[in-house]
Amino acid sequence: MRTDELILALGADARRRGLSLPGRVLLALALGGCVSVAVFMAMVGPRPDIMPAMRTMRFDLKFLDTLALLAPALLLCLRMSRPEVSARTLLLWLLAPVALLAVAVAVELATVPSHLWMHKLIGTNWYHCLSLVPTLALPPLAALILALRAGAPRYPALTGALAGLAAAGVSATIYATSCADDSPLFVATWYPLGAGAVAGLGALAGRRWLTW
Amino acid sequence: MAPAPSDAREEAWAAAMRAALAGDQAAYRRLLADIGRAVRPGIRAAFFRARLGDGDIEDVVQETLLAIHLKRQTWDPGQRLSPWVAAIARHKAIDAMRRRGVRRAEPIEDFEASLAAPEAADPHARSDVARLMESLAPRARDIVRSISLEEQSISATATRLGMSEVAVRVALHRALKALGRAWKATQS
Repeated sequence: MRTDELILALGADARRRGLSLPGRVLLALALGGCVSVAVFMAMVGPRPDIMPAMRTMRFDLKFLDTLALLAPALLLCLRMSRPEVSARTLLLWLLAPVALLAVAVAVELATVPSHLWMHKLIGTNWYHCLSLVPTLALPPLAALILALRAGAPRYPALTGALAGLAAAGVSATIYATSCADDSPLFVATWYPLGAGAVAGLGALAGRRWLTW
Repeated sequence: MAPAPSDAREEAWAAAMRAALAGDQAAYRRLLADIGRAVRPGIRAAFFRARLGDGDIEDVVQETLLAIHLKRQTWDPGQRLSPWVAAIARHKAIDAMRRRGVRRAEPIEDFEASLAAPEAADPHARSDVARLMESLAPRARDIVRSISLEEQSISATATRLGMSEVAVRVALHRALKALGRAWKATQS
């Protein structure tokens, strides 16, 4: 086929239809998040003392942390879905949840007697954290990868990993309503492990499904 | 190095793409033809550096145009069009070179600059698309062929096939997506 012949066919399909890429991604996040919430409510549910817990700083800090992961990861995976973008400096935003955790850990170490440190770190629910954060991340991750297939990322694996971190941000937010361990020592130990696993899975999915 | 693409062309390209996204077929075809001419020298240079023959250059040009079409919603209308075009052409050129056994496809950093020296298509150059079209469903193939090779309009094609214009548009859109997938599948 000659190039001008192909252009005739492409030209006839000029008008863009369907959702914009940010629209697709937000829809995917909402749908995937709803599935995760439904699974969570059926399997686990929030902790019984959630109302009084909401008035403690350690509990609320967990959500600040998970949202500090979700927001930049989501914006970055959207941005990295454009072919001309190499968002190196923007990746620094991912340090936001890390910095937040580091400060919280420092304060915790300064205020809690040292013989309680290990007790706080191990907590009562670490295996729940390690299994639920990745499990509840699967629906939003699958939806995000599907939505991002409309993109044209220069680095598909990295874009997939960022989608994984965003999905982990969703699942960690949901899981945190159930987790009885609020100490930053616990959060800084187990949440990143779960999120890291999801990011790895996202990278594999990205390499497989986000190439174009 | 060639001079950077002019601001005037930058404006014209962005305006044409915005018109295309709103449904202006004529503007879109002119833009795609322009982009085809603009990316050809960069692809030729990349193939030359990798010591590949120039027999497949038109394939890469067409693959780039199809990718531009299928991924056009990743262009941010607030940004210039040529860095986006150059990134897609570069991506497709590297892909094509890897497919032809070039181990380390050289980074083509000057792709955007190469857009400033447009080169017309060789009127005899044919691509593999005709062969890839064999993978489409017969009706989809018929529609693409009717509009591209026989230069029929959407409405003429719809009348001939006894379909509504909307159905032809949808089928064409799906066929082009399938073509993109078929092209991708030849790489693995």
